[in-house]
Amino acid sequence: MDEILEILEENARIPIEDLARLVKKSKKEVEQTIRKYEKKGVIAKYKTIINKGRLKEEIPVVALIEVRVTPQKDVGFDNIAQRIYRFPEVRSCYLLSGTYDLLLVVEGRDIQTVARFVSEKLAPLSSVKGTTTHFMLKKYKEDGVIFVKEERNKRLTITY
Amino acid sequence: MISKRVEKVPPSGIREFFDLVLSRPNIISLGVGEPDFIAPWRVRERAITALEEGFTSYTSNKGLKVLRKLIASYLKKKYGLNYNSEDEILITVGVSQGLDLALRTIIDPQDKVVVVSPHYVAYPALVELNLGKVVFLETTFQEDFKVNLKELHRILKKEKPKAIILNYPSNPTGVTYSKEELKRMWSILSKEDVVIISDEIYGEIVYKDSHTSLASLKGAKSKVILLNGFSKGWAMTGFRIGYACGPKRVIEGMMKIHSFSMLCAPIISQIAGEEALKCWGEVEAMVKEYRRRRDFIVKELDRIGLDTVKPEGAFYCFPSLKRYKIDSLEFAKRLLLEEKIAVVPGKAFGASYQEFIRISYANSLENLKEAIVRIERFLKNYGL
Repeated sequence: MDEILEILEENARIPIEDLARLVKKSKKEVEQTIRKYEKKGVIAKYKTIINKGRLKEEIPVVALIEVRVTPQKDVGFDNIAQRIYRFPEVRSCYLLSGTYDLLLVVEGRDIQTVARFVSEKLAPLSSVKGTTTHFMLKKYKEDGVIFVKEERNKRLTITY
Repeated sequence: MISKRVEKVPPSGIREFFDLVLSRPNIISLGVGEPDFIAPWRVRERAITALEEGFTSYTSNKGLKVLRKLIASYLKKKYGLNYNSEDEILITVGVSQGLDLALRTIIDPQDKVVVVSPHYVAYPALVELNLGKVVFLETTFQEDFKVNLKELHRILKKEKPKAIILNYPSNPTGVTYSKEELKRMWSILSKEDVVIISDEIYGEIVYKDSHTSLASLKGAKSKVILLNGFSKGWAMTGFRIGYACGPKRVIEGMMKIHSFSMLCAPIISQIAGEEALKCWGEVEAMVKEYRRRRDFIVKELDRIGLDTVKPEGAFYCFPSLKRYKIDSLEFAKRLLLEEKIAVVPGKAFGASYQEFIRISYANSLENLKEAIVRIERFLKNYGL
C-alpha cells in the first residue's frame, strides 16, 4: 500500500506539510495523490473514532445482527443487501461465508429502537429467512484502537 | 573495602546530569537508549503462557536448545552465517553480559583492547574492570565517524592489541558499514593476531543496505565474537536476552564463566526469544517507523543548523555543536532547564566528543516535531 495511505489510515488529520516531509515528496505531489485516491474511492471517507463510552451522555445501543436471506437469480445477494444497507440504522453491512449470509452492525437510541428496526423493517422483508440479534455489551477495541485504559510501563527518561 | 580495580573505573562524568534529567517531570526526552515501542504482543503473550505452563526452572548453561537452533537458522538465513547451535552459540543476559564474558575470556591483565570512539559507555569500563588497557581509536565527524583504515593499521601495529570492539550500526552515531567497507577493514584486521568483538545489536535497524555481519566475510568467523540479541530490533530490552557466537574454544571459555556466575539466562526470556524469531512483520513495521523519524529528524536538524552525519542504522544521531562554541554538557543542561528537552552530552561517549550531543529519535513523530520547535527556539534565544 502507498505510504501516504498507510499514514493517513493511522492519522487522517496529519498536516499535508508533515505528510509530504514523511514521504519525501512535495506538498503539491501529495495533495494530487490524495485527490486521486479520493476520486477513485480508494479513500472512502475521513472519520473520527469516538469512544462513546467516555461520554457523559447516554450512549447508543449497538447490535450485531446475523441475517439469513434467499439469494435472487442473477444478482445473488446484492439486491437484498442494498435494500438492507440503505437503512440509516445500518452502520455496516457485510456478506459472509458460513452459517448466515449478512452481518449488520445496527445502532439505535435504545434497545427498543433496535428491536423495532428488526421486527418492523428487517424481518418482514420477503427475502429474509431469519435473524439473530446480539446486543453489544462493551467495546474493547475498534478499528485497531483500544478503548479501555491500559497501564503502560514508562521508560527511564535518559539511558545510554 | 572496595577493590582497586573497581575504584579505578571512573564514575560516569555525566551521572549528575542524568540525575537532573530523571528528577524533571514532563520533559520530552531524546536521551533514551531503547525503543519507545513495546515488545510485540505475541512475544509477551508467549511469555505469559510459558509462566502459566510452569516454566520457572533453570535451563542448560548454554541456553535452551530450541532457541539456539532457531538463532542458528536465523543467522544463516539472514546473514549467511554458519554457527553450530551445539557449541558455537551461547545464550546471554543481553549483549551486556555477552561483552563482559567475551572480555573476561580473552583478556589477561595489561592486554590492550581497542575501543572505537565515540563508543557505548560500557566498553572501556568493562575492559578496565578486566584489568585490560583501553586504546581508543577515534573516528571523526569529517570522516563520517567511520574507522580510518590507516589509523587502524597504525594502532594494530604499534599497540599489538589482544582485541578490538566494533559496534555497528553504532550507538551513539547511527553510522554503519557497507559490505565493501567491512571487507576493506577485514583485509587489515585479518593480517593481525587480534580478536574482533563485534557488537551488532542494532543490526536489525538499518535503512540503506542490509546489515552485513563481520563474521560472514571469508575467513573471519574464526577471529570474530559476534554479540547480538533481541533488545533493540524486537523492543525487548527488559527481557535481558541476547547471544554470543564464536569459535568453539572461545564459547567454551565464556560458558565456563557463565555457568559459575550466571548459570543461565532467565527461562521466560529465552522462550520469549524463541517467539521473537517467529515474528517478522512487527520488526519491519518498527524499522519503517524509525526510518520515517530518521528522515524527519535529519532534515530538521540540518534546517535549524545542527550538523549531523546521516545515520544509516540504530535510532541515534550525533550532531555537532562546533559552530556554536558551546560545551555539550552546558548545552544539554540549559536545553533541559529552559525547554524541557533531554539529550545526552557527547562526553559520555568519549573524552574527545565534548562538542557533540546524542539525539535518540526513538520517540513519537509528534514529540520529535515539538522537540525541534523547542531546540530551534533555544538556539535563537542564545543567538546560537
